[in-house]
Parts: sequence; C-alpha cells; structure tokens
Amino acid sequence: MSGPAEPTVPATPGVPMRAVTVSPHGTVATPGARVVQVQKSLMVHNDGVAAANREAFRGSLVLNVVSSPGSGKTALLERTVRDLAGDLSVAIVVGDLETDNDAERLHAAGAPSVQIVTGTVCHLEAEMVARAVDQLELDGLDLLVIENVGNLVCPAAWDLGEDLRITLLSVTEGEDKPLKYPRIFKDADAVVINKIDIAEVVGFDRERALDSVRKVAPGATVFELSARTGEGVGAWLDFLRAQRAAKATLGAVGANEPG
Amino acid sequence: MHEFSLVMSMLDLAEKAARADGARRISAIHLEIGALAGVVPEALEFAFEGARVGTMAADARLEVTYLPAIAYCAACQSEFELDNRFGIAVCPSCDTPSADLRQGRELQLAHLEVEE
Repeated sequence: MSGPAEPTVPATPGVPMRAVTVSPHGTVATPGARVVQVQKSLMVHNDGVAAANREAFRGSLVLNVVSSPGSGKTALLERTVRDLAGDLSVAIVVGDLETDNDAERLHAAGAPSVQIVTGTVCHLEAEMVARAVDQLELDGLDLLVIENVGNLVCPAAWDLGEDLRITLLSVTEGEDKPLKYPRIFKDADAVVINKIDIAEVVGFDRERALDSVRKVAPGATVFELSARTGEGVGAWLDFLRAQRAAKATLGAVGANEPG
Repeated sequence: MHEFSLVMSMLDLAEKAARADGARRISAIHLEIGALAGVVPEALEFAFEGARVGTMAADARLEVTYLPAIAYCAACQSEFELDNRFGIAVCPSCDTPSADLRQGRELQLAHLEVEE
C-alpha cells in the first residue's frame, strides 16, 4: 500500500517503532495528514461484555481468582466447595492453556464446573466467560468463581464482570511478589497467602510479605491459610458468606473498581 | 503476550474511527499507556508489526506516551507519583499507604493521523 506522503519515521519491518516523533495532541506530524481524535479505551469491547456479564450475574457473588501457576487456586477452590456444601451453592469457570484437569477436580469436589481451554491465550476475557456460563444454571446460584489462567501479568486488565478480584500468593513464591507484580495485587479486593503449613520449612518471612501487600494494596483484605490442612480457611469462608449476604442485600460489593 | 489482544483491539478501533472520518489510510496511531497497565513496549511493537499487515494502518507509525502512576493521599490531600519500578503506593510525605490510584491503568487510543 503506497500513500501520498512518506511517514516521518519509515515503517521498517523489524525495527522497533518506539515513539520518535511524539507529537503533541492536535499536531500533525505527517505532511498531508489530519488528526482524528478517538479517546477510547482499548478495553472498550471487553468492558461492554463485562458489564453484560455483571448484569447476568446480579443474583450471585462472583469472584475472579488470579495467581501465578502453582499457588494453589484449584486446591483452595476444592476446599471452598467442600466446606460450603449445604450452605452456599457454588459453580466454577476455570481457565487453562490446556487440559480440563482442573474442571474435573472441581467437579469431583462437588461444584458444576466449566473448563475454558485458552490454547495460547494467557488470560481470560469477558467473552470467554460469557460463553462458558451458558453451560451453567445461574438461577439460585450463590457463588460463581472464575479461576483465571495462572499468570500474574496478563489477566490484570480484563474485567470479567466479577464483584471481587482475589489474588493468591503462596509462601514458596517469595515475600516480595506484590512488589514485582504490583498491578495484579493493586486491583485485589482480597489477597490470600496460601500454603502457610509449610511456611517454616521454606523460611517464609511473614512480616515482610504482609508489608509488601500493605505497600502495594493497602485496601485489600488479607487471609493467611492452608488449603491443604484447612488452617485459616474459616475466616475465608466467613468472608465469602458475608460478601454473598451483602450482595443479596445491597446488590453490589467490592472496594476496588474493576481494572 | 496479551499485547497481541490489545493491538487487535487497537486496530479495530482505529480503522472504525478512520473510516467514520472518510479516511483511507492511517499514518499514525497515538496510544496513552499507564505505568501499571502491564504492557511491555517491545511486545506491543512486535505485535503491531505482525498485526498491521493488510490493514489501513499497514504503514502507520505507532506512537506511545507512557503515563506515570499517580495516587491520591487522603491525609495530605495531594497526589503523588508512584515508584514505577514497584508500584508502591505509600505517600512520600506522610508514609501513609493509598489505595486510591488516580492514573496508571490507562490503555487508551488517543488519536490518529489519517490521510485520504
């Protein structure tokens, strides 16, 4: 495709296109070109679908659970499903690059579960969740948990229509993880520190970890628990029950605005 | 590598805006990206190189303004810039942590340069 004017910076394939001729708003850098103001978020489509999801989810409390791979998201959800049985009805949407192993585990724990296999996509988007929940009965559902793809970077910007963002950190990962991945912790309504049963063995510095969370996400509620042994899980379940009750009463919960 | 998803969304919005303006060619795309948006500049450029082929923006420049993260301290009633390396939201004046992020999440298509 040839145009009437050469671009100011030649678009050479393979050459990084870092802004060289950053022009102030309203200034035309290319001769013969004119400026069109757009001022739209790149997330505008996703955010629209997320808003529709939020409307469809108005009868349930919805969590978006994020962490790095291996922090114990699925283990925490298995424990949550088992311990809430007969109390709150729970359904789960789980995203992974490959396999439906996690959905099988959660189904075995007693929750209707839908697996989203993302292939190469490193995060869930609102549209994937909308398609997945078509396979679930939302009527009368107390708690819908979306287990995101294990990744502390990519899922951050995608609002899925959740009420609460839950970020997990396990004691094997290093106390400064919130400092290394600030966005995903900053948007968390609750931070769960998992695997505290092995904290001593791995030399986990609890105070340092709590300080990291406080500096990056001062508004987040913090839970310290072991999904394996059940230690500390009671406070987490109480939190879910209280949030569920609050949403049923107020119609909305959550301290942080969605990303 | 979520940057590819972002670039696809960017090109879709850019082409729609350019067509609505009666343009045939996009010569520049200007983005504003917050320090906490989670975007790696090199990955964004790499994704753009691949995705722009065959679009109205095939020959376009990609210009990005990176915005610092800014939080509001309720105690001092003033804004402060976050340490962008760590996103630590502690007020440098009074040492109070702030959860009130005022800037830094932006993923904004600001404006285009277009031609007939």
